[in-house]
Amino acid sequence: MRKYIVPDTIAISDSGFLFMPSTGETFNLNKIGKEIFQMLQKGGTEEEVFKYILDEYDIDKSSFEKDFSDFVAQLQKYTLIKEE
Amino acid sequence: MEKVKKRYERPIITKHYSGLMNKYGSRNISSPKSEIDGVLVKELVEKYDSPLFVMSEKKIRENQRNAYRIFKNRYPNVQFAWSYKTNYLDAVCSIFHQENSWAEVVSEFEYNKARKLGVKGSNIIFNGPYKSKPALLKAIKEEARIHIDHFDELYDLIELSETNGQKAKVAIRVNMDVGVYPKWDRFGFNYENGEAWQAIRRILSSKNLHLIGLHTHIGTYIMSAEAYRVAASKLAALAKSIRQEYNILLEYIDMGGGFASHNTLIGQYLPAEEVIPSLEQFADAIASGLFELPYKGEELPMLILETGRILVDDAGSLITTVIANKRLSDGRRAVIVDAGVNLLFTSFWYKHKITPAQENGFHTEDTTIYGPLCMNIDVIREGILLPPLKRGEQLVIDYTGAYNNSQWMQFISMRPNVVMIMEDGSVELIRKAETLEYVSEREIIPAKLKK
Repeated sequence: MRKYIVPDTIAISDSGFLFMPSTGETFNLNKIGKEIFQMLQKGGTEEEVFKYILDEYDIDKSSFEKDFSDFVAQLQKYTLIKEE
Repeated sequence: MEKVKKRYERPIITKHYSGLMNKYGSRNISSPKSEIDGVLVKELVEKYDSPLFVMSEKKIRENQRNAYRIFKNRYPNVQFAWSYKTNYLDAVCSIFHQENSWAEVVSEFEYNKARKLGVKGSNIIFNGPYKSKPALLKAIKEEARIHIDHFDELYDLIELSETNGQKAKVAIRVNMDVGVYPKWDRFGFNYENGEAWQAIRRILSSKNLHLIGLHTHIGTYIMSAEAYRVAASKLAALAKSIRQEYNILLEYIDMGGGFASHNTLIGQYLPAEEVIPSLEQFADAIASGLFELPYKGEELPMLILETGRILVDDAGSLITTVIANKRLSDGRRAVIVDAGVNLLFTSFWYKHKITPAQENGFHTEDTTIYGPLCMNIDVIREGILLPPLKRGEQLVIDYTGAYNNSQWMQFISMRPNVVMIMEDGSVELIRKAETLEYVSEREIIPAKLKK
């Protein structure tokens, strides 16, 4: 069960606008991106994210797996999350 | 009851950069382009496969009629000649001929193509720097209008007309300084150094050549209307000298083409729509230059236009399908599509309008679009803001009607189907996708290499 650490100072608005106070950087997330990020921020595991997305959205597991690992790599690159 | 699931879109995050110029311009995707002339992109791909070139009969006719009206409103006697090299698919040429356009050809191959389509010789303008002697002889016999490019050709024509006993109908192509860069001086005779006048005198001193017109073509994708006024005015000055010294009235002045279309060039900061003069402005400029002719109203020569790009560019689209998504080493998103630069030659100089064919979310990423060729140069677009795309989804690349279907090449993969959406909404296949048999047909294996 992979988990991620997300700085709790990061603020996200309803529209997906993300602000990182430590560096002053800002980002935009699309709707699914925002949902996933918030789940991770609340301590959700990868499995929980998968379950939620596959339940709610019209997408198969292997397609989402590719997109999720790409998304997480982007978040790590921007130092928004760290693997636990 | 089974739960209805929400539409999925790949999760994305985009970083904001402030203080930098936005090199992508404004976000230009307001809505998906799910249909072309009322026909669904999905249906076109299901029936004719992807990639797929789509031409619009309606748009071609509209463009031609509109251009004719614009010039006719400003000058009494106007004739268009369809520039074959811009798009010489038979179906496309046939529409222009139905709309009363002559043919403007630049090789023996194009000349024969026009003849095969039923264009009579006298309605063909034969341009270009290379016309073989047999081609010239055929053109003389069929009374085509031969536009002379250089002195060697001029002397070929004198010789051929003499031995054949038939007068050749000729014009000369004149190149000149019209204040735009690059100056095209490789085609025709120069105005400023007196070469054009020298050629005219040589023609008029020959019993076998009949000088019927003057021609210029100042360049391509010209963004200044004023350049055309200067060009028309210089040709008018030549016509004036011809009248004064030889008392000859010309049948026509051919102003060529080269008007910029609404495709934005790579490196051009503002979108083309904002910086390109309208066709009305080009027409105003040409007409005001031509009215310097020392001719009375009914003597005014015919104005011939050989414009290609502006009449057909926006009548063509290329449908392409996403094969894969990738992430590049610097974090940028890339998509691989099934149409490469071998099909979309114009992607080397244009930033085409590229629109997803299906509904996508509002968020976009800076995306590079690669073609399917295993070649580093196969880049359809370095950077464009696109929403997340799934494999199998389509993009519609607009403004592909000019030059692609004549400059494309069979390289690594075959050239695909081309369809035309007819005015009544029906779809016709106008060029069949290539097959291995078609490509191999011309090849011969020496006997000792056969198994």
